[in-house]
Amino acid sequence: MRRAFIKTLVTLAERDERILLLTGDLGYMTLEPFAERFPGRFFNVGVAEQNMVGLATGLAEAGFIPFVYSIAPFACLRPYEFIRNGPIAHRLPVRIVGVGGGFEYGHNGLSHYALEDIGVMRIQPGISVVAPADVEQARSALEKTWGLPGPVYYRIGKDEKTLIPGLGGRFEPGRAQTIGDGTDVLLIATGAITTEAAAAVALLAERGIRSTLMVVASVQPSPVDDIARELAKVKVAVTVEAHYIAGGLGSLVAEVAAAGGISCKVIRLGVAETPGCEVGSQAFLQRRHGIDAAGITERIERAVGSRAGSGNILPERGGIHGS
Amino acid sequence: MNEKKGSEFSRKIRRIILEEAMRARVGHIGSALSIADLIASLYGDIFSSLDPCDGDRDRFILSKGHAALALYAALYLKGWITRETLSTYCCDNSMVGVHPEHGLAGIDFCSGSLGHGLSIGAGAALAGRLRASARRVFVLVSDAECNEGSLWEAVMFAAHHKLANLVAIIDLNGQQAFGYTGQVLDLSPMAGRWRAFGWDVHEVDGHDTEGFSRAIEALDTTKGAPHVMIARTTFGKGVSYMESQIKWHYWPMSDMEYKKALDENGDNV
Repeated sequence: MRRAFIKTLVTLAERDERILLLTGDLGYMTLEPFAERFPGRFFNVGVAEQNMVGLATGLAEAGFIPFVYSIAPFACLRPYEFIRNGPIAHRLPVRIVGVGGGFEYGHNGLSHYALEDIGVMRIQPGISVVAPADVEQARSALEKTWGLPGPVYYRIGKDEKTLIPGLGGRFEPGRAQTIGDGTDVLLIATGAITTEAAAAVALLAERGIRSTLMVVASVQPSPVDDIARELAKVKVAVTVEAHYIAGGLGSLVAEVAAAGGISCKVIRLGVAETPGCEVGSQAFLQRRHGIDAAGITERIERAVGSRAGSGNILPERGGIHGS
Repeated sequence: MNEKKGSEFSRKIRRIILEEAMRARVGHIGSALSIADLIASLYGDIFSSLDPCDGDRDRFILSKGHAALALYAALYLKGWITRETLSTYCCDNSMVGVHPEHGLAGIDFCSGSLGHGLSIGAGAALAGRLRASARRVFVLVSDAECNEGSLWEAVMFAAHHKLANLVAIIDLNGQQAFGYTGQVLDLSPMAGRWRAFGWDVHEVDGHDTEGFSRAIEALDTTKGAPHVMIARTTFGKGVSYMESQIKWHYWPMSDMEYKKALDENGDNV
């Protein structure tokens, strides 16, 4: 998603010279298309994320639209107070781009994991929070949000290829996108881990469990009506996020269910505990924390019961890799 | 205690600081008095022709936001806010609080959390350069604010990019909330530190309004290094019993103390 995002940003920057790009010394082999095309509008500010957000605040007040870029926890946790007291308090169009949701930097350890970025951002009413599910949605989400008057946080994945079947790059601020119409269970996912939820949908179908997948890339503004409408159709909804269980998508869905008095069980899948010192690949860590396709499938089967009978062997994942 | 170096404008600022702090029964009086002469120089002189509605105006950030009362006084004396607005200081439903809010005319940026203002100022200065504008950006920080690591991030950036249109002003009163800076976290040599980071350093008397204005106007804000004015000041300046006293960071005045303060400022009640 990173390269697609930057490619789209270059296209937008061709049209609007207010767009600037700042990085906290990250983005090697990713940001070069922008840096080379607009050397006077690209600033590597050094390893100084607080200053980067402060700079962007001063630039935005003067009419620019600065994008600040780093690995997600560095982009949003280190300078969090600067984001709050800067672009959020002043309602300025600063764009925080955090790369790598959840365990995408698997071997790098907890310092590089983004497990609370969506939570800490969405509790601030004055910022849009966008977590695209795939490359095409990243592209359309940027096209539809780059010019918003207030600040935006983007959680951008590293996967440049995988496409969610049926999503087709759809995105609207404040809306969710649904795929399928099964009513045995509703899966609701955000960000790059939507690929695992989509794979779980296929696995569940093989077991006779018909599901609907809802993609919530516009975490804020929240697609409250869309979520409420789909929750009302099912008895069990399962949220899937590469994030701590508290504060993120699962909390959002639970809030919608509670506020709407919707009689639907909400099972929140996410990271339940602070990861230990054992690092590993993203796939390993997602499996360990039960948020890979197999883990999601297993949890849903326990919740709604397998209609395909016992004894099935989990098939290989497939069919979701785009070009 | 009133030295003649301060201007009539700064005397008026001090009077308003005392009046409003007394009416609202709040503290931060010593910090506001510390910068009264610097604010008088900025708003009485350096910004004399500034239009707060002009998008290409000079910017000012009071990064030591807790001294906002001095700034409000200047905004009132400039006619940018009304007496009625000023007199809502620390009332309910007021934009005139302990720290500056940008919704108020003449306030470019909110502040209140130390170590934030200089990086915003560096961004504003960079914006001026990108727009080929002659605008200058002034950021008033406290000496204790230099405890904040984030301030030094901005110091490095501004020097690296030679933001000559950025002017930091340090209110060097040697005090912080809970002690004297030399005892809490020694910042000396202040000038040496900024010089080592590549800034154009000027050590000035922060209560000499004319001298300060002259020093500012002599700066080359078109090219070269960013500038820092290290302004030696006295905390609580102008009120004898507050000067250099830690407790007046937070303490409100009694009726007797208020009368004495006004007397010393040349305002008979």
